[in-house]
Amino acid sequence: MKDQGTSRAKLRRIAALVRKEGLQMIRDPATVAVGVVLPVILILLFGFGLSLDVRNVPLAVVLEDSSAPARNLLAAFALSPYFRPQVVYSLQAADRLMTAGAVDGVLTIPEDFARRFSAGDARIQLLVHGSDANRARIMESYVEGAVGAWSARQSAEEGAAAAGGPVNVQSRLWFNSANDSHYFLVPGLIVLVMTLIGAFLTAMVVAREWERGTFEALFVTPVRSGEILLGKTIPYFALGVLGLLLCIVSGKFLFHVPIVGSLTVLVAGSMLYVMVALGVGLLISSYFRNQLVASQLTMLATFMPALMLSGFLFDLRSMPLVIRAITYLLPARYYVALLQTTFLAGDIWPVILPNAAVLAVMVALLGYASRAVTHKRLG
Amino acid sequence: MPEPVVIGKDLRKAFRAPGKGGEVPALDGVSIEVCAGELTALVGPDGAGKTTLIRLMAGLLAADGGSLRVLGIDPAVEPQRVQDRIGYMPQRFGLYEDLSVQENLDLYADLHGVTAEERGERYPQLMQMTDLGSFTGRLAGRLSGGMKQKLGLACTLVRSPELLLLDEPTVGVDPLSRRELWVIVEHLVREQGLTVLTSTSYLDEAEKAARVLVLHDGKALAQSEPGGVTRVAAGRCLVLDPGPGNSARSLQARLLDDAGVIDAVPEAGRVRLVRAAEAKPGSAPETIAGLAPSPVEPRFEDGFMVLLRGTAAHEAAVDIRLQRPPSPAAGGAVVEVRDLVKRFGDFTAVNHVSFEVHRGEIFGLLGPNGAGKTTTFRMLCGLSPPSGGTLRIAGVDVRSAGAAARARLGYVAQKFSLYGSLTVAENLEFFASAYGLRGPMRRGRIDWAMRQFDLGSHEHTASGELPGGFKQRLAMGAALLHEPDILFLDEPTSGADPLARRAFWRRITALAEQGVTVIVTTHFMQEAEYCDHIAIMDGGRVLARGSPAEIRRRAHSMEDAFIAVVEEARTREAEAQA
Repeated sequence: MKDQGTSRAKLRRIAALVRKEGLQMIRDPATVAVGVVLPVILILLFGFGLSLDVRNVPLAVVLEDSSAPARNLLAAFALSPYFRPQVVYSLQAADRLMTAGAVDGVLTIPEDFARRFSAGDARIQLLVHGSDANRARIMESYVEGAVGAWSARQSAEEGAAAAGGPVNVQSRLWFNSANDSHYFLVPGLIVLVMTLIGAFLTAMVVAREWERGTFEALFVTPVRSGEILLGKTIPYFALGVLGLLLCIVSGKFLFHVPIVGSLTVLVAGSMLYVMVALGVGLLISSYFRNQLVASQLTMLATFMPALMLSGFLFDLRSMPLVIRAITYLLPARYYVALLQTTFLAGDIWPVILPNAAVLAVMVALLGYASRAVTHKRLG
Repeated sequence: MPEPVVIGKDLRKAFRAPGKGGEVPALDGVSIEVCAGELTALVGPDGAGKTTLIRLMAGLLAADGGSLRVLGIDPAVEPQRVQDRIGYMPQRFGLYEDLSVQENLDLYADLHGVTAEERGERYPQLMQMTDLGSFTGRLAGRLSGGMKQKLGLACTLVRSPELLLLDEPTVGVDPLSRRELWVIVEHLVREQGLTVLTSTSYLDEAEKAARVLVLHDGKALAQSEPGGVTRVAAGRCLVLDPGPGNSARSLQARLLDDAGVIDAVPEAGRVRLVRAAEAKPGSAPETIAGLAPSPVEPRFEDGFMVLLRGTAAHEAAVDIRLQRPPSPAAGGAVVEVRDLVKRFGDFTAVNHVSFEVHRGEIFGLLGPNGAGKTTTFRMLCGLSPPSGGTLRIAGVDVRSAGAAARARLGYVAQKFSLYGSLTVAENLEFFASAYGLRGPMRRGRIDWAMRQFDLGSHEHTASGELPGGFKQRLAMGAALLHEPDILFLDEPTSGADPLARRAFWRRITALAEQGVTVIVTTHFMQEAEYCDHIAIMDGGRVLARGSPAEIRRRAHSMEDAFIAVVEEARTREAEAQA
């Protein structure tokens, strides 16, 4: 009789389970689709797809400068399919239009525009109606794009000597002034992809083993229940990291999203979150040993909240108190905070540490709970 | 004498009833002993408690009461210590279908800590035993049902367990693979001295064991060597000739209603009968007077039926009456199949199949898994278009007038395909509407089905919670609502206990006698005896066709005849290729 309790025997069994899981993962087209194809599709969809929705934006233009370059810029806006500019001559008039909802933004071309433009230091100001944070963000980037294209054209036409430098768009959001992230897209996508891989896929593969009866034979071997858990966790953890890298690389090279903080913090934080998601997935599927129930429940309990209540699409501060209270229970909330900080603001430890700490506590609790509910028992 | 490997005393286990509160006992005071180096069989119909008992031994469930020791260990207290030492093959062995044969074996070898040199010795043995040597690279999901079972067995045997638990290893496996599996198991016990406990619902398999435990409804009816069970029916078994002009089937049906009869089955054109003990020796039940009964040796099944009848109430006579007999045949066959072909890509599932069935006949399609039975059925029902050949039902071409043909047939699918959350009454009402029945006609038909299939007592039970036999009756009731002339039944009796199976055939016989044409598939070879004609299929082709007596002429039992026919055809095929 061999001793099945030694740590060598344990390691060998875990390795066998990881190998098995890995082979199944590679051979299951659905897993590859969710782990690799989906992140890419989501990025392309969110990146290019969403932006197509915004056209003919009503825009009030406060023309304080009536010089040729200023009028030229106005013409560029009027010709663009994305804007419908309406010229006003005072900020008060523009304010009234904005409050009445007649326009979604106010573009101010200041009186010193022409002078500063030739000096290469032009500024225009953009006020955006911020109640719809998405639309506001897209508008911002369109205005920047339009102005950028205009000034590039100017330099090309006038020659390098005559042209000024780039025009600086100073934008402000009205009614939602704290929302100032341009690059919400990639951090948000990472949250979704990590949630899908972590919770959704693991819930499915564990439930599948119950459904197909594969656990029953596995149970009556020297394998321990903790080893089964690890055997499930390790491959999907690896897949999660792969999905993360895909998101970062495509975000960086496709959309030029800056990573202000360090990559190490980003990856470490993400690993914490994947473990939380794995824990949720394992927990759900241990209770509901059915792929359909497990997948729907993980969708409801993890993916939908990660999409809507994590602060990725909709600002947490603009939510009703009750809903905001609920968001404190969601791991995605802490992860979004962590990601946005690392991506956009840098390694700001007073933000990163508390959020990471909450995630770490969740990992410990979920790990303990999964361990407690996974028995080698039927019924 | 060494201590038994398994000792269970007065084991009890109950499960919560689905839906309602309350508990259903699965094991109700069962005691068992499994002796070292012996093959012990747990015998009983579905739901008898076989799987629960085996799971208790594997440490997968804990008993509510009683005591159990496996290898001297209580599996409820120290499951891991038991699991380290035994081999267990659940009913649906958990093969990873997306892993290859070799990868499945390696996984279990790794989990059991089998070293490389042990594998070098073990693998060739397993491959030789299971004949899987040339399939090591194939994905487990692409194996046939019989090969899957053999691979499952190989996975539990990657190292020598001290006790091997097999839960219905041959269920859903065709007779050929069934026999191969048994050769392996018997070899393990005889040559390697392995202790094996296996469960089965095939009664003929129990005769191969050293000891049997007969389970029914969670209670042990007997524990002895198989001869002990067989002897219960000693001196009570007779064979009767129905006489010229009478069918064995209708005689058998009449006999079953006789209180002096324990069991009656058709066999090779005659009827095999087990008398009740009360009848005086020499005297026979009234019905068979003048039929010159000749006594025969009892079989295990005969003893089993005697034990079973001792506990179960004699089911009331179930003589189904149609309200309107099917229209008389307009000359020719009711179902006519000519050169039927079905191709999926370059795979031919059904290869030039021809047969015809006349009004009031029972026609049986027999064959191993993947023989093309279900595909043929689907084409007959107009659910799948044939790639070639003609299909006529009641004179109507199914391909050109599918809907018209379908209105005349009833279909009972292999799996219970009624709505589990609807009650019995709701299901019948739904199917009545689906068949376009309305008004008093609809009411009348639903009442008829309720009455004929004895469903009244369960009218408001959700059909998913019905006991197995009732589900089957409801499915048949629903299929007969629109008074079809033809009834298609796909594996109707798989998983049913012997009593339910006899009641089922009693109804089918009654329907056929009133003119309903029945086509049925089955993997219980004895049930072929109920048919007027059978066709044995394999690899998409009909290998043999004729009356049960004609087919049986080749061998001493239906099962042997079947195996002979299929093996002969496969050998010819192999020779032709070589």
